[in-house]
Amino acid sequence: MKQNFGKRLLGALAAGFVTLILCGPISGIRLDGYEFESQFKIPLLFAAAVTLLRLLSDFIPWERVQADSGELQPGPERFGALSRTAFALAIFLVAASLPLMGSKYLLSISIVALIYVLLGLGLNVVVGFAGLLDLGFVGFFAVGAYGYALGAKYLGLGFWGALPAAALTAGLFGAILGFPVLRMHGDYLAIVTLGFGEIIRLVLNNWLDFTGGPNGVDAPPPTFLGWEFKRSATQGGTPFHEVFHLDYSPLYLDSFVYLALLSVVGLSIYGVSRLRRMPIGRAWEALREDEIACRSLGLNHVAIKLSAFSIGASIGGLAGVFFAAYQGFVSPVSFTFFESALVLAIVVLGGMGSLVGVVLAALFLTLLPELLREFSDYRILVFGIAMVLIMIWRPRGLIRMRRPYFPQEGA
Amino acid sequence: MASHTQALSRDPELLRVEQLSVRFGGIVALNKVNFTVQPGTITALIGPNGAGKTTAFNCITGFYKAHEGAIWLRDRDGQPQDMVQLQKGYFGGTHRVARAGIARTFQNIRLFSEMSVLENLLVAQHQLLNRNIISGIFQLPRFRASEAGALETARYWLKEVDLESSANLLAGSLPYGSQRRLEIARAMCTKPRLICLDEPAAGLNPRETEELAKLIQKLRGTHQVTVMVIEHDMSLVMGISDHVVVLNYGEVIASGPPDAVQKDPKVLSAYLGTEDEG
Repeated sequence: MKQNFGKRLLGALAAGFVTLILCGPISGIRLDGYEFESQFKIPLLFAAAVTLLRLLSDFIPWERVQADSGELQPGPERFGALSRTAFALAIFLVAASLPLMGSKYLLSISIVALIYVLLGLGLNVVVGFAGLLDLGFVGFFAVGAYGYALGAKYLGLGFWGALPAAALTAGLFGAILGFPVLRMHGDYLAIVTLGFGEIIRLVLNNWLDFTGGPNGVDAPPPTFLGWEFKRSATQGGTPFHEVFHLDYSPLYLDSFVYLALLSVVGLSIYGVSRLRRMPIGRAWEALREDEIACRSLGLNHVAIKLSAFSIGASIGGLAGVFFAAYQGFVSPVSFTFFESALVLAIVVLGGMGSLVGVVLAALFLTLLPELLREFSDYRILVFGIAMVLIMIWRPRGLIRMRRPYFPQEGA
Repeated sequence: MASHTQALSRDPELLRVEQLSVRFGGIVALNKVNFTVQPGTITALIGPNGAGKTTAFNCITGFYKAHEGAIWLRDRDGQPQDMVQLQKGYFGGTHRVARAGIARTFQNIRLFSEMSVLENLLVAQHQLLNRNIISGIFQLPRFRASEAGALETARYWLKEVDLESSANLLAGSLPYGSQRRLEIARAMCTKPRLICLDEPAAGLNPRETEELAKLIQKLRGTHQVTVMVIEHDMSLVMGISDHVVVLNYGEVIASGPPDAVQKDPKVLSAYLGTEDEG
């Protein structure tokens, strides 16, 4: 790879140059009355970004499997456990330093992006690992969100109590969904799960006495060790800024939600990547590959399916709690089929079963509409075109699922 | 039924199929089939196409529910256990038959093709591993030991079927003959006492078939597994089996040692037709 670095650099520069030619006239020249005003900063930035990405893409091992022989390549296993932990920790710390930039806008879109990362991770277990096409995943998101809002309203449940409670409740709902669909595959399964998601939304919409119906429910802002992050305490705690004698800033609440969410995302990534290498994760994948062969090996397909549904659902439930806590309000409008479709798109585009892919796709698909705000009329169009293009060029998703590599004995 | 059970506890056989009947709508696929499989033998199930061989296999391995009859498998303590009953009830099913010690391969290979060769063998050991979630997430020593053991077993079986160098290949990318061998290795990883091979030589060339015959004999000899095999390749069947059961139109028309079965007039007429028919 090193010997033709010059060639790659040349290619990258050429790509940047083409970008400059393509983008220059569109984004670099602005009409001001009858005058032209040239702004070369923007196309130059574009070109630099393209050059850099082109160069980087050569060093990112997109394909973990050699296309011709089907031979697996060693993944991160070749680095020691220590350096892998250090790498993960470094990424976590970089991500955790985002609140220091002091931008509320950046924080809020990052929170939304991370919520979708969590949803993507959850659905990835069901669709990517176990191969069960679930079109009603938003139902579990709703269970988590309403679990927090209603738990706070009726049971006085706090944020930290709601996290495990919502995960368990959503997991239970996952298992309940699992039972009737045990014998279904593919299209039939997709339709039933679609119905399940809609049922949850309709129940939330119509059960006026309990859920507030279309009016929604207020969800209290999260607290931590009795500290509240609002200007004045409303839940019997002390405001955070008073404890530390700081000036009040609306960033505190967002930063706290962001950091808590980031930790949960980190733990989920760790948990899911461990599960993949455990017997249960292997069984999920085997079930996706061939259910009949699974049964012939003594694997109980019922238990395996139910566990995939409920573990995926409980991660979705966690995302729901963060959504409710951050928005401060939940209503059935947030849990439409479009959300399920978006999460499914995240999993499929990212590469079914690939954790890195799902995280990247979730960030991409939630941040892209923000970047495209100027073209807001065409957002969904651009979104759709991007999906079609990715499916043409990378039918297995951005990053193909990496299989565990087992080094030769004694090597 | 009681008399049969008593008979089973006297005789040493591993598997006894009793009055097994299966119907698909109006078609009788198996009609009161009886045969036994002695432990440590290679028993072949042969017959013309549509004779009910695969149906019988699917019943024994728990994929079809028999309408009548019983399939007794001696469990590890020597007590006969009815496989037909294991499939019934809410928690019953094929997997319980497999856990009782019957493994199988399929006529059209069913590997986990998007998983690596080694992973295929690890999945097969699922029941024998430490499946505690907490233990696995935190990689406790017990979990590590269990996984290391599984990896060792998988490597051992790879060596047994000559696939050592393919450990990290995707199972679907293996050549056909290797896929057949991998499927046998995968079945063996469940530590069965009876392995049922459904047309293992289909699609193999003569050299591969010869190797397969050696492998099957090794399963019986070195690994002490009882083998049942459905096969159309008569030279393979007659070469390796100790006992042959011939099915035709869902009924057993002959059974016995290969030499005797080969000369049986009923078998000859089933395969070649009788003069009267012409």
